[in-house]
Amino acid sequence: MEFWIVQILNGISLGMLLFLLAAGLSLVFGLMRIVNLTHGSFYLLGAYVGFTVIGRTGSFFLALVVVPLGVAGLGLLMHRFLLRRFQGAELAQVLLTFGALFILADVSLWSWGGYSQVLAKPEFLSGSFTIGTIVYPAYRIFVIVTGVIIALLFWYVLERTTLGNMVRAGVDDEEMVRGLGINTPRLFTAVFGLGAFLAALSGIIGGPLVGAYPGADFDVLLLALVVVIIGGLGSIGGAFVGSLVVGLIDTFGRALVPELAMFTVFAPMAVILALRPRGLFGKV
Amino acid sequence: MRSRRLAMASGLVVGLFVLGVIGRLVPTYYTGLMTEALILGMFAVSLNLLLGHTGLPSLGHAAYFGVAGYTTAILTVRMGQSVWVSAAAGIVASLIMAAIFGLLVLRTSGVYFMMITLALAQVLWGIAFGWRSVTGGDDGLPGLARPDLSPVVPWSLVSPANFFVAVLIVFVLVMTAMFLVVHSPFGYTLRGIRESEARMDCLGYHVWLHKYVAVLIAGGVAGIAGILFVYYHGFVSPAELSLVQSAEGLLMVIVGGAGTLFGPVLGSVVVVFLRNLISGYTERWLMVLGLIYLLVVICAPDGILGSLRARFRGLFDQEAEA
Repeated sequence: MEFWIVQILNGISLGMLLFLLAAGLSLVFGLMRIVNLTHGSFYLLGAYVGFTVIGRTGSFFLALVVVPLGVAGLGLLMHRFLLRRFQGAELAQVLLTFGALFILADVSLWSWGGYSQVLAKPEFLSGSFTIGTIVYPAYRIFVIVTGVIIALLFWYVLERTTLGNMVRAGVDDEEMVRGLGINTPRLFTAVFGLGAFLAALSGIIGGPLVGAYPGADFDVLLLALVVVIIGGLGSIGGAFVGSLVVGLIDTFGRALVPELAMFTVFAPMAVILALRPRGLFGKV
Repeated sequence: MRSRRLAMASGLVVGLFVLGVIGRLVPTYYTGLMTEALILGMFAVSLNLLLGHTGLPSLGHAAYFGVAGYTTAILTVRMGQSVWVSAAAGIVASLIMAAIFGLLVLRTSGVYFMMITLALAQVLWGIAFGWRSVTGGDDGLPGLARPDLSPVVPWSLVSPANFFVAVLIVFVLVMTAMFLVVHSPFGYTLRGIRESEARMDCLGYHVWLHKYVAVLIAGGVAGIAGILFVYYHGFVSPAELSLVQSAEGLLMVIVGGAGTLFGPVLGSVVVVFLRNLISGYTERWLMVLGLIYLLVVICAPDGILGSLRARFRGLFDQEAEA
């Protein structure tokens, strides 16, 4: 029984981490039809820079605020000066993000070496909760709570604000939104920056659990991709459900059949693809 | 027209013969590079059938390349099968994979197509990476010797020069087959689908079936390239199934010129030689490669042959639509 509860909690915390990652990827995809292969690199950059900032200042929360903003700035520049010129040219944009993936991977390797780095947890979250006979690390609870807060924020902004209206309308019909006089290129750049922000944020929050290592950019991109495909491209609700599904499946897969760990994540994706090519919540 | 084709064909034969002789004369290192460029050229040509001719931007073409490579390597190394059995099984495996993936990916188009091809190829990568007892996991599967064809054909491919000639022969066969496919009514239909799917549908063509057959052909050819690649390196690893491999194919197609017959081969030669040249000077090859991706998209989206063709439109008119 304890095994199951702990594993379910693990699955949910991984799911929340995945949500932070996949939400940005899904939004960027839904709004501007960019398969952003640099998304994993933003995670990696967030984790590495966060590692350095925590090492220098000793403050986890400073890193949590400052680093994602910096990475978001990089994302804004990348969209403004590279991707925006190729709006609508899908293959060109994919290749650009792939080029940026290589460059950022090499910059990371150059700056932080080929070692695997694990971020230090903040002091007061390094302990654990005890409920009955179950001992559970406080940090994972923190991840779950953060994920839920971000999801609620997302829901509020998307459903209850003008900005959210513009974004949702843009996902449905970009041309019409442009026709209504909304500056969609600027909106796109802002959303791309937001995606980078969230990826870097998940890099820092995931840093103490997953860590930063060469190749993490690919691993993370892959998981986010699976989530987005299961949940439905461009749907934040879908990303939330997809994240929980993948988080739980991956956790139980690793615990029960370790050798097929990768496969247990991909099998449901293949089933979804076969039955609903646009994902659970995608618009058909 | 006929005499011109004949002249081109004989010119090609002489050129290939010269290439074969050069392969024996130059240092082994360069023979190796030429071999690799031809193999990856075939991979790029097969991707080009989808991207350049049919308008299907696959981000997971390495799936077929790697599946054939793994099948061949596993049969040879783990089960001691002959080169003929292993290679045939490799091609069959890539065809089966293309038949399955084709069913899934052709339900989507455009940017969804990219994402789903990418995801499916990553599934295979994940299996190769995780299933250690069969695939060797991250370490890959070493110990694959270049084959001796002796019981059937008295020819050993162990020496790099001989292997190069064998690859050259396969290359010529593949390119001839691709030339025929691209210039057949089937090929013209594919380009019609690329330009307007709805129009071809209205004209009474079975669009889905044409695309499916294109996926099968592209998968099979990528499989052939994958098998040669594994024999060339004597080694197979998850890298062969990775996004990096798929994207390298895309780069080659675009550098050379999408929708041209020899453009992807040219792209492959450029990328392979550039990689070896630059790796000699700096450890930052990955960064240079990234910059190449950016530069190609920004400065030369039509590729080398595409740009040349635009410049000499009058000269190449006869072949322009190929």
